[in-house]
Amino acid sequence: MSEKITINFTVNGEKEQREAVVGHTLLRFIRNELHLTGVKEGCGIGECGACVVLLDGKPVNSCLVLAVELDGRELVTIEGLSKNGELDRVQQAFIDHAAFQCGYCTPGMILSARALLDRKPNPTDADIDEALSGNLCRCGAYQEIRGAIKASSGK
Amino acid sequence: MAELKTVGTSIPRKDAIEKVTGLAEFIEDRYMGPMLYAKMKKSTVAHAKIKNIDASRALEHPGVKAVLTGKDYPNMIGLYLIDRTFLAVDKVRFWGEPVAVVAAVTEEAAAEAVELIEVEYEELPAVFDPREGIKPDAPIIHENLADYEIVPIFYPKPGTNIANHFKLRKGDIDRGFEEADMIIERDYYVPQMQHVPIETHKAAVQWSPDGKLTVWSTAQSPNVVRQLLSKSLDIPMHKIRVISSYIGGGFGCKAGASIEGLLVPIAQKYPGHIIRIVFSREEDMQGTFTRQALYSKLKTGVRKDGRITALQYEMIWDGGAYTEYGVNIVRAAGYSSTGAYDIPNVKTDSYCVYTNNSIGGPVRGFGMCEMQWGIERQLEAIARELDMDPLEVRKLNGMKEGSTTAAGQVVHDLDYDQCLQVVADKISWGKKESGSEGKFRGKGIAGLVKCPAQPSNAASSAIIRINEDGTAHVMIGATEMGQGMLTAISQIASEALNIPVDKIDIKVPDTDFTPYEWQSVGSRITYTCGTSVKRAAEDALGQIYCVAADLLETPQEDLSFDGKKIFSTKDPEIKATIREVADSCKKCTGEGIAGPIIGRGSYVPTNMTNLDPETGQGNPGLFYCFGATGVEVEVDSETGVITVLQLASSIDAGKAVNPQLCEAQLHGGTIMGLSTALYEEVRFDKGIMLNRNFTDYKIASIDNTPHIDSFILETPETKGPYGARGIGEQPMIGVAPAIANAVCNALDIEFNTFPLTPERVWQAIKDKKNSGA
Repeated sequence: MSEKITINFTVNGEKEQREAVVGHTLLRFIRNELHLTGVKEGCGIGECGACVVLLDGKPVNSCLVLAVELDGRELVTIEGLSKNGELDRVQQAFIDHAAFQCGYCTPGMILSARALLDRKPNPTDADIDEALSGNLCRCGAYQEIRGAIKASSGK
Repeated sequence: MAELKTVGTSIPRKDAIEKVTGLAEFIEDRYMGPMLYAKMKKSTVAHAKIKNIDASRALEHPGVKAVLTGKDYPNMIGLYLIDRTFLAVDKVRFWGEPVAVVAAVTEEAAAEAVELIEVEYEELPAVFDPREGIKPDAPIIHENLADYEIVPIFYPKPGTNIANHFKLRKGDIDRGFEEADMIIERDYYVPQMQHVPIETHKAAVQWSPDGKLTVWSTAQSPNVVRQLLSKSLDIPMHKIRVISSYIGGGFGCKAGASIEGLLVPIAQKYPGHIIRIVFSREEDMQGTFTRQALYSKLKTGVRKDGRITALQYEMIWDGGAYTEYGVNIVRAAGYSSTGAYDIPNVKTDSYCVYTNNSIGGPVRGFGMCEMQWGIERQLEAIARELDMDPLEVRKLNGMKEGSTTAAGQVVHDLDYDQCLQVVADKISWGKKESGSEGKFRGKGIAGLVKCPAQPSNAASSAIIRINEDGTAHVMIGATEMGQGMLTAISQIASEALNIPVDKIDIKVPDTDFTPYEWQSVGSRITYTCGTSVKRAAEDALGQIYCVAADLLETPQEDLSFDGKKIFSTKDPEIKATIREVADSCKKCTGEGIAGPIIGRGSYVPTNMTNLDPETGQGNPGLFYCFGATGVEVEVDSETGVITVLQLASSIDAGKAVNPQLCEAQLHGGTIMGLSTALYEEVRFDKGIMLNRNFTDYKIASIDNTPHIDSFILETPETKGPYGARGIGEQPMIGVAPAIANAVCNALDIEFNTFPLTPERVWQAIKDKKNSGA
């Protein structure tokens, strides 16, 4: 059997202790062990951003991070963004601006946007383009995404 | 028409909250039961006889449950031309063709076992260029073409690599050229591209011991998957259930049936288990439909005043190794071969040619991007040769109410002039801006048109159940892959039922429960499914009136329904709530009148015909959607880099059911068009696909997407629901030619192929300098 390591971490505000298989990606751990399936795989090699989650507040491609690296850290997935049934401002702005179509890249896109706004509450178009350049959307909702992020800024 | 309440408003998407919270269920998110994981062994050569497959070591690998090869499973499948097997049988026809599939208890075990399978090939001479493949002495890729079953609207040439030769003859081509003052001839080339939805292809199947096959699939059409599997496997349709989830982008690559049937024999061996396959990005790039490359030759006769008198269009398509679907793209491009223009004399020959490249198939635009690239570049060449305004040449020859298409079909309900004019105005057409030093500016315009490329009997149907409390369920077979179908269809149902849209539930299909829909392709769902939903709503409403008339003892014609209650227009006190009517309706005496209200609606086009086999004349179009793209570019002559300064896109939606979503589609299609114009080209080396990931195959990202100005025109489609027509594919069509036309305007260089990469542009600038032009 594959070797496992016990890891302690916080996921969406809750403390957890789990066994993680050495060699499994964080993406696989989140989907298969934590059963949080909002995070998606689009390429598996860090090119598309569909698997972005926040690790200690920073966006990472979870397909490029090992599950065991979660030890001692704080993880936020798309499921943890809305609190007590209230959508995060970015989520609401994505709805208001029709900033997604198929929705497959959306969790990663929203988390990248959230991380940008936490770091820079009033981003310029250039800031948005830079921060989200690693999140591909084949439906081409980019113009709407820019609009949604602008509308969520300043808070 | 009475004032509309819901249709024409920008309500939020029906799937909005699910999609922003991560709860939207895609196929891989669903727990289905005990699972076996499947992986494919793929061919390492493009064209070869399979001498032997040795799977013995794979079968002994820990965790492996089954290995399946083509010999065990020779069943054939295909949409229009049944030329495919699920696994290669006796020979492989493209690099990466599946030759075996392994099922194991973990993905790792399956992947490891695939490496243990040994395949012995005897290589055959191969064809990588359809212009070579069409020659009489070319190596034959499908020896049994004559034996394949085919829908009789396609014309394969057994003994050659021609899977379909579509012929069109309109007017008198010789006279057309005689009437011309000038003959203009050009060659064009459009390379393969890939759809790259962010969700790759996935499928899972389960066999139940009572003979029921359940299929979960990312397919755009559950009903077609069911139909093709039923035929291929000889299982009756009621024993096949195909379940759809949200689809993470389709763009055509998930049309038809692709991977679902691959796993059935393994499922039959392990009843109750779920056998699942998930394509990697690389497999998705290489093993699914690509857009067919097109080599074309255009010859146009034109009068001095700019009127086109004749068009001769030859198209040679790279159909790839299998053309079960591609034959119809070749046909659609053929019967649409004048683009948005009314040309009296036309001779078109459109050939679908087998090669040993990846499989060709449907992509957003279904042949129109490739075919109209030639048309719109040719219009530019004509304007340049005659020294005329390209906008004026387009308007002069453009289709108008009552014009005829290449197939001789009369078009109605259009305002192509206006589509062109709005984008021209937006980019200040006719005003040439000068760029800074070493940079050249130019403006370009291109028009577009597309009708759904569907068989004339492609049907839709809908069921509407009115609940006891007056809310409703709309049941349809269309799929939601981002286009906004669930929202638009709910709005049509809401409008027709006069029930608020938030009281209407709608879901993605499950063939055991939802009624028939042909396919969610061809920008047809708003029109076809929308019409069936409108009919179902009218049927339900008719029943409500009928029951209420009995209940209230009032003639039906005096009754009105306001979304909550049914009342007499003569005496508002005579009324019943929808709740009272929707359940088992009974009088105050307790006598029953009628049971629950279930509306049904069916639709099949009545305005389409087959085409004459010799002339291609007839009515192939359900409706025609026009639009245009206008761009201003700046080209850096040192680097060849094109910067898009302005991008304007117009589409005539007939009626925008949801203007915000309509605009989102317009933006999305325009961006996909831009991405193909500047970046995208699948590269092959002797059939081996070289760029199989997002690093080597670039698509537009947010940082290289300019602002788009969009214009939605509303020339009502007489027979469309509330005047609506489909617009999903169309915005992509005009972008590449508009950009090339603008670059031509900037540099005075004609580009007859794309993408317009910096390298290609820089080289052309250098060549022009060296030639002293």
